[in-house]
Amino acid sequence: MSAVGASGGSPLLAVRSLTKLFGSFAACNAIDLDIQPGEIHALLGENGAGKSTLVKMLFGVLAPTSGQILWKGEPVRIPSPGAARRLGIGMVFQHFSLFEALTVAENIALSLSPGISLSKVAEEASRLSHLYGLPLDPKAHVADLSVGERQRIEIVRALLQNPELIILDEPTSVLTPQEADRLFETLAKLKAEGRSVLYISHRLEEVQRICDRATVLRHGKVTGACDPRQETPASLARMMVGSDVASVTAAGTNTKGDVLLEARHLGVPARTPFAVALKNVCLKVRGGEVLAIAGVAGNGQGELFDALSGEYPVPEAAAVSIRGKAAGNLGITARRLMGAGFVPEERHGHAAVPALPLSDNLVLARNQSDRKTFLAGGVLGVIRHAVVRIASKRISETMDVRKSGENPAAGSLSGGNLQKYIVGRELDRQPAVLIVNQPTWGVDAGAASRIRQALVDLAKAGSAVLVISQDLDEIFEVATEIAVISEGRLSDAYPAHELTREKIGLLMGGMYGKTEGEVAHAH
Amino acid sequence: MRIELEKRANPSTLYSVLSPFLALGLTVIAGGIMFALIGKDPVSALYSFFIEPLLDIWSLHEIAIKAAPLILIGAGLSICYRSNNWNIGAEGQFIMGAIAGAIVPVVFHDWHSPLVLPLMLVFGMIGGALYAAIPAFLKAHMNTNEILTSLMLVYIAQLFLDWLVRGPWRSPDAYNFPVTRDFAPEAILPELIASGRANLGFAFAIIAAVGLWLMMRYTLKGFEITVLGQSERAGRFAGFSSKRMIWFSMLLSGGLAGLAGISEVSGTIGKLQPIISPGYGFTAIIVAFLGRLNPLGIIAAGLFLALTYVGGEAVQLTLSVSDKVTRVFQGLLLFFVLSCDTLIQYKIRLVFSRLGQSSEGGAH
Repeated sequence: MSAVGASGGSPLLAVRSLTKLFGSFAACNAIDLDIQPGEIHALLGENGAGKSTLVKMLFGVLAPTSGQILWKGEPVRIPSPGAARRLGIGMVFQHFSLFEALTVAENIALSLSPGISLSKVAEEASRLSHLYGLPLDPKAHVADLSVGERQRIEIVRALLQNPELIILDEPTSVLTPQEADRLFETLAKLKAEGRSVLYISHRLEEVQRICDRATVLRHGKVTGACDPRQETPASLARMMVGSDVASVTAAGTNTKGDVLLEARHLGVPARTPFAVALKNVCLKVRGGEVLAIAGVAGNGQGELFDALSGEYPVPEAAAVSIRGKAAGNLGITARRLMGAGFVPEERHGHAAVPALPLSDNLVLARNQSDRKTFLAGGVLGVIRHAVVRIASKRISETMDVRKSGENPAAGSLSGGNLQKYIVGRELDRQPAVLIVNQPTWGVDAGAASRIRQALVDLAKAGSAVLVISQDLDEIFEVATEIAVISEGRLSDAYPAHELTREKIGLLMGGMYGKTEGEVAHAH
Repeated sequence: MRIELEKRANPSTLYSVLSPFLALGLTVIAGGIMFALIGKDPVSALYSFFIEPLLDIWSLHEIAIKAAPLILIGAGLSICYRSNNWNIGAEGQFIMGAIAGAIVPVVFHDWHSPLVLPLMLVFGMIGGALYAAIPAFLKAHMNTNEILTSLMLVYIAQLFLDWLVRGPWRSPDAYNFPVTRDFAPEAILPELIASGRANLGFAFAIIAAVGLWLMMRYTLKGFEITVLGQSERAGRFAGFSSKRMIWFSMLLSGGLAGLAGISEVSGTIGKLQPIISPGYGFTAIIVAFLGRLNPLGIIAAGLFLALTYVGGEAVQLTLSVSDKVTRVFQGLLLFFVLSCDTLIQYKIRLVFSRLGQSSEGGAH
């Protein structure tokens, strides 16, 4: 069924000037949306554009402030997710709600009404999973499954209710390109059966590939409704962001300097039962290089960052060296004093303390590297708040950090602005080595491009930059070399221009040197 | 039906500041109801409880005497709690400080020197700190819960003191009463001013509280305490060690509790006996929270809680009610402080939906 054919009848779901106010802030402002039967409809927008709020209203998690929801032409009120399910709306959340210690069938049974036997659930689940090409073993424990498989549980769970509309929230953010392809096949099957899909994403290529129509949101308003196949990525991005996003100029012509960061046979046992062990990780980053480490979440990225930053030092001094000096057994402070800077993945509670003002969060990262400037009184260590505030202001200005006051609590900044500050805090020192984990995770497009450009510029100035990222677009924008991490193992690094998405996808699955055919059946 | 606490998006700053006073007001009201229920006139009872002690010099001195250990311990505990270490065993550290400090005047009672008193104070601090080192070690290296270990060690300290004064340290001149010999005059903490009994312990308390306030406000150490208390992970990123912070905060609070212990014994009691504290170590927890974990606030809170002790004694005499009334007031106060704080940060939401419905899906 094509988009044109479907638009003749009445829409399955129609939304009329739906508004949600949080206080005086309009998260969704008079949204209109039509979803036809049998179409894959994209909902596009940056973080904070109101996508999640809209979807939560459709699924009964939030109550709209005003406006109407029409289901098959009838006005409806959706007070709870249960009511949404009874209407025929299913949802797959971005963050899964699964119990790791239980089996697939048990997790599915939890979402159904009590009294249905577990074996019946298992039977029905495996029937559905085969029908839609979502192979799942009902007896497997969730803890043993990959992220892609966990997502399948959520999808099967939604399908068991026989929904007419399935909402998918950023489904591919946790998948390898190959896993994503399989998901798209499933979506095509659902569409062929006449079911509708509301597909939330900010990945333009995917949307162009699989969606029949798109609604674009910005600042809580609809800024465009279009057929994504008729648009270019640039025109879609313009609708999302409201202006042209500055494209990042890559560091192609850098002069390569000495090796400034090196890991030699770095092995770290798993600290907790849910952590990943690092196995024999070797990497080298020269001055002027940006080495990007791709990989699906949960394959040892956090553990690699911990070992390289010295938050959890390793016993062997030679396993990590910074500017040619062995640093494996040194803590993060010593490594900072050797000229390294670090940006962890989690902003709140790791890179920054949300309740403390920005200036205190500057002291957080630089209390020893800038001891002479920031502290007085010798061993007493009296913080010179006035000096710190001036430095903090300088960083905010350089990185264009938008904030509500002179020195607000870090937690009051938006994700993008806080991330700009956190990156700026390190860049302000001109570190010889910068290690960044997920630099633009959950950050709006404007801030992301600013941060990426800053990383590229730092490398141009002769520093070694290591970027750990799940976002392939980002990797291709900033990297001069690319390596892939999978189950705690790091692949060799390849020059960025020699790699394709497909090759990276194979490396992500840990399929070194196997043919594509074998890979397709690996999951 | 289910009751949920939902975090408020914008907790009121005004109410956060007013919270301790609100709690005080509620305590007084609840106390009045309690007096009425046991058949006493609430107005005159509250008057003799809260106002009368403020009107004469003698009881003002008593308040200073009782506030001293509360402030000393409370200020130390505030550092502990700020850094997310929950030392509940200050009562035990108080007792062990008293015992360690008393080694000099009890065991070496023939030694007379101006060094006796300073040595006692130092021993007292070391004794309290070493006793706090036990839960610190267990937490830092065995990952045990310091709330349980520090609390259980209180009872050990109490029984150890009991055994000492009945056994090896019992005074030969006390007709078999369970007390040590009286401390020599040079082992007695001098009085602060001529008008009454209040001793140097109160000065120690004020100095310690102001010192800790300066540390928290101006130094990197204070910053480290705040950061590690809010997020261990951010502290690690800053290069701070949460293990070292366990040691620092436990030893500091233990040392101050020990100093309070020896000051109490040397300044007020003059010997060791089976009971040397009316629960100062526990009451100081209330002081710490009532004072907003801010050492200056703790001075005010300590003075107020000391008033409840003195007022409790007063109503015991004038209205012949049980001295348990003091504990009831203190309990009420902690209850109201914590509930005011909670309700300022959170709002109560009643959820009437069926369990089956609410467990469907991951709609969060």
